[in-house]
This record gives sequence, structure tokens and C-alpha cells, in this order.
Amino acid sequence: MIRLNDISKAFNQGQPNEFWAVRDVTLDIEDNRITVLRGPSGSGKTTLLSMIGCLSRPTSGRILLGERNLSGLPERFLTQIRRETFGFIFQRFNLIAGLTVLDNVMLPAYPLAPDHGALVQRATALLEQFGMGSKVASKVEWLSGGEAQRTAICRALLNDPQILIADEPTANLDTRLSQEFMTIIGELKAAGRTLILTSHDPVVSDAPCVDRVITLRDGQVQAD
Amino acid sequence: MSHFLRRQRYLIDFTLASLGRRKGKNLGLLGVYTLIVFLLASVMLFSQSLRREAGLLLENAPEVVVQRMVAGRHDLIPAAYLERIGKVRGVAAKYGRLWGYFYDPAVQANYTLLVPRDQEIKSGEMIVGAGIARTRGLGAGDYLTFRSAQGQSFAFRVADVLASDAELVSADLLLVNEADYRAFFGIAEGMYTDLALEVRNPQEVRKVAEKLSVMLPDTRPILREEILRTYDALFQWRQGIVFVLLAGSLLAFVIFAWDKASGLSAEEKREIGILKAIGWETADVIRMKFWEGALVSLGAFLLGYLAAYVHVFFFDAALFAPVLKGWAVLYPQFRPQPFVDGLQVATLFFFTVFPYTVATVVPIWRAATTDPDAVMR
Repeated sequence: MIRLNDISKAFNQGQPNEFWAVRDVTLDIEDNRITVLRGPSGSGKTTLLSMIGCLSRPTSGRILLGERNLSGLPERFLTQIRRETFGFIFQRFNLIAGLTVLDNVMLPAYPLAPDHGALVQRATALLEQFGMGSKVASKVEWLSGGEAQRTAICRALLNDPQILIADEPTANLDTRLSQEFMTIIGELKAAGRTLILTSHDPVVSDAPCVDRVITLRDGQVQAD
Repeated sequence: MSHFLRRQRYLIDFTLASLGRRKGKNLGLLGVYTLIVFLLASVMLFSQSLRREAGLLLENAPEVVVQRMVAGRHDLIPAAYLERIGKVRGVAAKYGRLWGYFYDPAVQANYTLLVPRDQEIKSGEMIVGAGIARTRGLGAGDYLTFRSAQGQSFAFRVADVLASDAELVSADLLLVNEADYRAFFGIAEGMYTDLALEVRNPQEVRKVAEKLSVMLPDTRPILREEILRTYDALFQWRQGIVFVLLAGSLLAFVIFAWDKASGLSAEEKREIGILKAIGWETADVIRMKFWEGALVSLGAFLLGYLAAYVHVFFFDAALFAPVLKGWAVLYPQFRPQPFVDGLQVATLFFFTVFPYTVATVVPIWRAATTDPDAVMR
């Protein structure tokens, strides 16, 4: 369970261009559910998602992961939690160009320094599971949008995280690929994972596997 | 393999893959970097080798040389001075030497004429240095004719050519016997160019020189250690001249390398954000960048130093020999003996590898400490 207590986030605080992206959000996000944060551009959904995923800290309020308060942790511990608990799928996939599909998928495990043979085996097995077995040695810039996203999913799953976070995952996909993506998301939920997505794409929010849709506007929860 | 080493291996793997992505640019940098190390190391190795060679050659020279001075100029010294020196404690042997210079207009070169102590040379014959033999195309049995101070022609038969292992100082040498030398230069019996004193105990050399200054006020004693110091200063000065000439290209490289190493492109910043977002710690990113700097600079250092070693010790430092060796006309053909000075390697390593590695790490530290949520925006 992730619990958000009165969370606010300001950018450029104390300066003339101060901007509050998220204001007084209180939410509980249940385990093994698919939760979608919906809202127009600038509604604060990505900022909220990055705080949930330990990529940034709230300006005020508390985030609890289970019983653990994440808000006051130093960066090193946040990185450790991020690595062990969360997997990220970014809007533009954020794969590292010039490297192969396999190298990209293995990257999150490098700081943990596992046995190389075992790591290659784990990454290859994941890629095969998502139909990318033939692309293992391909450079990521040669991939189609759907293939790049499946590579990003494999990378997010490499460290076997409990929670998957996806920011606008279908923004660069056509309807067919978006539906395919939601099928994968449904399967991951069935495998026991918690998924938190941001999107303003109806293919995502209307998908049958989605348990909860939270609507944000101007940094606040409008509907739940 | 320990966890620490495996982690470094992963970071190095990633760094190499990263460098491979901008192959042309990085190979260009490595090439220029290697060239700079090669030039600096070549000059250092060769100068060091010259100084060492000069030291080895002077090992057999007399510890003290006494020259007579007239009005501040070096003049011939009478043999009677040997008796005036008499018995000085610590002096094992003393003798007069005959040597001088001769300008050969045919090849516009200066030769050094010398009467050897330990070698019998027949009248009308001479032994020539390898440099002269090469320049004048001489071999044993050939004749060489010079015009003496009195305007007479002297024809010498070349009896032998000196071995080339000491060519650095013998390239321009002509050995003749005493009678021929005196006749050629018109030097009277009982006069020498200078006197040589052999002193076995190095502690006593300075004391002997002091006594000579008192005993023979119109002479100056020259110590072997002073000559060695002069050689040292000379070769260091020449090394300095080459370094000054290289300074321009060195500076250009420093600017280029600093710009390359310290400037982070938008793409690199984005990649750092991705790595942090997927679980890399700030320290991992800095370590990765450290390896990038270290691999490039260490690679360039090793390649450059190796190339310089081959250049100096296998190809006789063909690029720098004329500047560093001297000898305006009769270039000695001299093969330096392989010798590497640890302190010199450490100095070069410090001034080439260290600054580049620091230049790569400092800007990354600033980029790596920013929040990773930039990739979400």
C-alpha cells in the first residue's frame, strides 16, 4: 500500500516564478491493482507519479510505502528503494541509443553487480517472454515504437520490482499497440504486481483491467 | 570475483560501449592524446638516455684537468708545471695532454685532434672518428690531406676508423701521434694543451683542486663532476627548447581535451537522468565517468609511451636527434641504450593521465547530483 498524506510539490520555491504543480493530495494506492492518474497537460499527474516513484521529494506532506516514510529519506536510500521496489516505463521509452536491446535491459542491474551469466540469462528470458527474442542484439534505434516499448517494459521488470510505474505509456503508440500494451499490463497485474499509470488516453483509462481512475486538475484530485 | 570488482567491470563494460557509440570522435581524441604523450615521452627518454650515455663515457676521463690561463683565455701549459705540482696527496697519476680543433673547409666542419696516451700510432697515420669517415667517405688505407698552421700540406693515411659505440663524443675525433701533432700545429716540445690528474678518492678531488689553485695561480682546475653537470645542464636545456616548441601544440590539445572532457552534451545529461531513474546511484554515475576519463588517458599514455620507447630505442629517435644531440655538421650515429627512469614515467603519467581524468569527473558530479525526475518532464 502506498499512502500519500497531504502532498504538495512546488518548483522554484521562493522565486518570482514559483509554481505549485501538486497541492494537498491525499490518496491511498492499493497493492495488486491498476491505478490510472488521468488529467490534462499540467494537471500534475507526472509530478505526482515521480514523487510516488522516489524520483523526487514532495515539498510538504508524507509518502508512506507500507509503514516506511519515504519523504525524509536521503538520496542514497531513495535510490535503493527505487531500484528494488519500482520499475519505470517512460513516455519516450528513454532507451539509451547506441546500445543493444540486451544491454539496455540489463542496465538497472549493473550497480548490483550480479553474476554476468545469470544476468544475461534473466534479461534474455524476459525479452523472449515479450516476443523480443530475435532482437536481443539489435541496436535500440532500429526498433519500432512497439518494440521499443516492450524493451522498456523488460528493463522495468529486470530487478523484479513489486510496483510498475508508467508515464503516458501509450502517447507514442497507435491504437492497436496501445491495446496490446494494456493486455500486457493486465497480465502483469495477474502476476501480482501493482501498476500506476498516468494517461489521458481513453484506451488506457477505459481498459477493463484498470481498477481505479483518479482525475487530477490543477494539481488537485478532482474525481476518484 | 568479488562484488566490488564485478561492479567495476560492469561500469567499464558500459563505459566502453558508450565510447564505442561515438567511435570517430573518441578515436580522434585518443589519437591526438597518444601523439602528445609520444612526443613528450620521446624527448624525455632520449634526453635521459643522452645524459646517461655522457656520464658513462666520462667515467674513464681524468678527475681533474688543469688548464693554463693567459688574460682569461686558455693557453698552452709548460711540462714544467707537472714538476711544480710535485707530489700532491691523493693524486695517483699526472700527465700532459695534447688536443685541439681543426676546421676543415672541405666539409665546413670542426674536427678534434687528439694524441692518445694508450695507443701507438705510426708517423703519418691517423685514426678517424666514424662521423668524419662517413662525411668524407673514408676507410682504412685512404689518405686525408690538411693544410697546417704554417701553410704546409700534411697527408695522413687512415689506419683505422673508431668503433661507433662511443660515437656521441668521438664522431669528430682524429687521433694522431705526438710528433705529428706538434709538427702540424707548430707546438714546441715541452708544451701541452692541458694537464690531467687522476684522483682515486672522490672525497679528495675538491681538496686537490684547491691546492692546485694556490700552487699554480695562472691555471684553472676543471673537475669531471663539473663537466658532467655541464652536460646535464646542456641536455636539459635542449630538452627545454623542444618542450617550448611543443608547448603550442600541447596547449591546443589541453583546450581541446578540456572542452571534450568537461562539456556535457544534452544527450549525455539525459542519459545520466535515465541511469539515475532506473536505479544507478550518483556514485555509480561518477565512477562510470571516471572510468571513461581513465581508460582514454591511460590508453593514450600506454600507447604513446610504448611508441616513444620504440621510436627512441629502436629508431634512434629519428624525429628529435638533430636538435637534442647537437653537432652541427657531423651528426653522430648513436644508438641509445634502453633505459627507463621511474620518476620520469611517474611525472609524465601525473601530468597526462591525472588532469584529463579530473576534467571528466568534475562536471559529471554536478550533473549527477541533480534530481532524476528530469527524465519524466
